[in-house]
Amino acid sequence: MAQLSSPAALDQAAPTLAEAPAPERPRLRDRRWGDLPTVVRRTLLLAVLLLAWQLAVSYGGVNPLLVAGPIDVAKAIGRGVQDGDLVHSTLVTLRVLAEALGIGVVVAAVLTTFATWTRLGEDLLVLLTAMLNPLPAVAILPLAMLWFGINTTALIVVIANAVVWPIAINVSQGFRTANPTVVAVGRNIGLRGWRMVWYVLMPAALPHTVSGLKSAWAFGWRTIIAAELVFGVAGKGGGLGYFINNAKTYLHVDDAFAGLVTIAVIGIVFDLVFAWIEKKTVVAWGMKTGS
Amino acid sequence: MSASAAVPLPRSGGADPMLSVSHAQIGYVVGDRRQVAVGDVGFEVTRGSTTMLLGPSGCGKSTLLKAVAGYLRTWRGTISVSGHPVGAPGPDRAVVFQEFDQLFPWRTVRGNLEFPQRANGRGRVEARRRTDELLELMGLTAAADRHPHQLSGGMKQRVAIARALALDPDVLLMDEPFGALDAQTRSRLQRELKAVAARTGVTVLFVTHSIQEAVYVGDEVVVLSTPPSTVLETLDVRGLDDPTDRDFVAALARLRGLLAGDDDHADPDLAHAAFE
Repeated sequence: MAQLSSPAALDQAAPTLAEAPAPERPRLRDRRWGDLPTVVRRTLLLAVLLLAWQLAVSYGGVNPLLVAGPIDVAKAIGRGVQDGDLVHSTLVTLRVLAEALGIGVVVAAVLTTFATWTRLGEDLLVLLTAMLNPLPAVAILPLAMLWFGINTTALIVVIANAVVWPIAINVSQGFRTANPTVVAVGRNIGLRGWRMVWYVLMPAALPHTVSGLKSAWAFGWRTIIAAELVFGVAGKGGGLGYFINNAKTYLHVDDAFAGLVTIAVIGIVFDLVFAWIEKKTVVAWGMKTGS
Repeated sequence: MSASAAVPLPRSGGADPMLSVSHAQIGYVVGDRRQVAVGDVGFEVTRGSTTMLLGPSGCGKSTLLKAVAGYLRTWRGTISVSGHPVGAPGPDRAVVFQEFDQLFPWRTVRGNLEFPQRANGRGRVEARRRTDELLELMGLTAAADRHPHQLSGGMKQRVAIARALALDPDVLLMDEPFGALDAQTRSRLQRELKAVAARTGVTVLFVTHSIQEAVYVGDEVVVLSTPPSTVLETLDVRGLDDPTDRDFVAALARLRGLLAGDDDHADPDLAHAAFE
């Protein structure tokens, strides 16, 4: 950044730009693709990639024991939905994630409230977040297994730890940066204590809360799959990570791919849900510009 | 401190003061230093009238308004509304701030007007009726379902005024509410406020640094000196609403003279104080 903004760098950049061939030509060629609607562009691209994948598997000489083509994967997904294996695994994973998110939200709420009202609480939150947030959450899994055994409790503890910090950090920042004029208005209309928190601070902090939940969900989702894989190695448990590991054990490569696709699709769906929530709330209220 | 009532006030606001400020001293604690902003100020605002607090920037007029609103406490003297000393901020002293972002962005215009009423125990039907009335009064009916970020600065300030009126306050406190508006919108809102104050009979305390605004909007102008401020003069400007009128021009000249004269002898004092 510093180099780019220095005058010397600008001097060097300028002639390069001038010497470059007129930019109209490549852009014109690009125009037809760019004129297509986003959905069409992405669908076409996806179709091309799937085709290349299928061709590579069918004619590329890859070992069919190790790589499954998209058609086989689609079949495996269909089978998994029909016999309920894949659906059941997905539900197990989502349920653990939901419970952990619930616990994470409650703990984050308590920590944030404490941090908003007392200096000690604020210091504690800053310290805990600084220590625990950078730690990859799955790293505490061995200890959790030792303490709670190879069971859902261990998973929930690990995932709750993964989600609580991004939520707490963001919500408390949202509280601290709430517009002071709006808070003054809240006092003026007679709001105190929990009514101030509920009617003014919480909505004012909503943009931060939503982004906190967004990263919490993303952390949690990655962590739970990793944790389930470890459980799968230990030969116990359920869920998508276990499903994939199991498929590997029995060399059902198509099932392993089916599990991966399911994980990716759920990730996309959740991102869309969060984008929708943001659009309907903070973006609609002008508290955050749309992306 | 309240025993000082025997000392005559600079000017009696009449038999029925809605707001009364007596020997108020207000300041800030900066580090370990106490800095006095308002030295010794007293005035009264008659029920149903509009009093303007006029003074140079930094004279403590906003500080005084914040003390009336309850955000700051007086160091000395008393401030009372309807005969009761003021406490914490409350809906009896509704404030309109200068900042455009004083509305709740997550509520529509209607929601911004209804919520404070509901929060103060007014029933749904009654709150709705009062909101419709105020939307009509402030010319906001067409914007009722919009969110604040979709409104212009002038519209936002209209909503803020309507919201303050919705609480049926004893005093409406306005802290340079038109200060950030362009000149045209500003004079339109001055005109509207004057009409609304006349129609609703609300008591207003209005902080401004604009001499023109003080004479046009106010019934009375309390002129404050540079800090630690005292009342230089209280001028009756009731009925002056034609800027070409001789009395209007005379009032402008009088106020301009007061502020300039104060500046002349205040500046060296301030410079001296800063070195101490």
